[in-house]
Amino acid sequence: MAAAKSSFLNLVITLTIVTLVASLSLGYVYEWTKEPIAEAQMAKQLKAIESVVSGYDNNPVLESYRLPTPDGRDSLEFFPAKKKGELIGVAVKTKSSKGYSGDIWLMVGFNVNGDIQNIFVIEHKETPGLGSKMTTPKFLQQFMGRNPATMKLTVKKDGGDVDAITGATITTRAFSGAVQTAHETFKKSTVNGAAN
Amino acid sequence: MKENFFKGIIKENPVFVLLLGCCPTLGVTSSAVNGLGMGAATAFVLVMSNLAIALVKNVIPDKVRIPAFIVIIAAFVTVVQLLMAAYTPALNEQLGLFIPLIVVNCIVLGRAEAFASRNTAVASMIDGLGMGVGFTFALLLLGTIRELLGNLSFFGYKLVEADGILIFVLAPGAFITLGFIIATMKWLKERESKRTH
Repeated sequence: MAAAKSSFLNLVITLTIVTLVASLSLGYVYEWTKEPIAEAQMAKQLKAIESVVSGYDNNPVLESYRLPTPDGRDSLEFFPAKKKGELIGVAVKTKSSKGYSGDIWLMVGFNVNGDIQNIFVIEHKETPGLGSKMTTPKFLQQFMGRNPATMKLTVKKDGGDVDAITGATITTRAFSGAVQTAHETFKKSTVNGAAN
Repeated sequence: MKENFFKGIIKENPVFVLLLGCCPTLGVTSSAVNGLGMGAATAFVLVMSNLAIALVKNVIPDKVRIPAFIVIIAAFVTVVQLLMAAYTPALNEQLGLFIPLIVVNCIVLGRAEAFASRNTAVASMIDGLGMGVGFTFALLLLGTIRELLGNLSFFGYKLVEADGILIFVLAPGAFITLGFIIATMKWLKERESKRTH
């Protein structure tokens, strides 16, 4: 039962072997799970896109591209939805860092006129029961079919058109800001004719 | 053999009695599914690392024992995370940072030091399994209670269409629930010992 001797050489050799075996097995598991992980991420993207634009027959993830936001500090991912090669809408992945805790990631679907089709909350860490209510249809309803050109995307308290979630004004502000950024970037892209 | 398994569930329950690993316990148990997922991931790491450490304990010099154990534990945790990202992506996202944090969960290193480095491979595996089941049981109980009170649902299935008591899904609810469970266990134990004396 006596443990191996603690000579300097022994220490080095043991630790080297332990780390080598560990990293080799990790490399193996990584290779093994690489594909399923990529598939799971693709499925997640597609699910988000599917719920905000409809009627397309291409794979928007494979045709995605990035465009800089108007303030030039960030860039957003665009997923074009096409039917028989013609653009029918765009899903824009946008985020806000102004939420109550952590980043809020949204997928906003626009048709070619810039009307909001639907919004899908991809990820958030807002307070359960308060800020998390932004994922409910009751809140999202107010954006559907509206065009941000005519709907002022700020909370009513700040003079806008968005009904804030009770007890979660900060979340609502962040949410509206993210949608606004998506819209501005989208508008800029169509003005420049870059959407295609 | 039986003793090695069952001690982890009630008598030496890592959460309720030893009060180890409180960070994930309080952090992730806002729903029953989260508790179960976190418990299962930790149980897997406990069993595998206990087994591996019991097998190599005689060739590891005492001075580098802890770093070697940590490397072994970290390797298994990374395996769990890769597997979860691949096959249960939704749960992986929910648990987020708490999965990599299993590395520093004191139950895992605690069992490696206190048990696996002194016992046979089979006994260590059973010890790890018992502790893992005890940990899972604790997290599942906490998660179920918090979800029931805070969200009025059971495993995501809404029982009543109404808002629950919000505080129970928030951090303070975790402390309150854990406190009440520990108090109940102490009370039961005291009653037991009074009866036998």
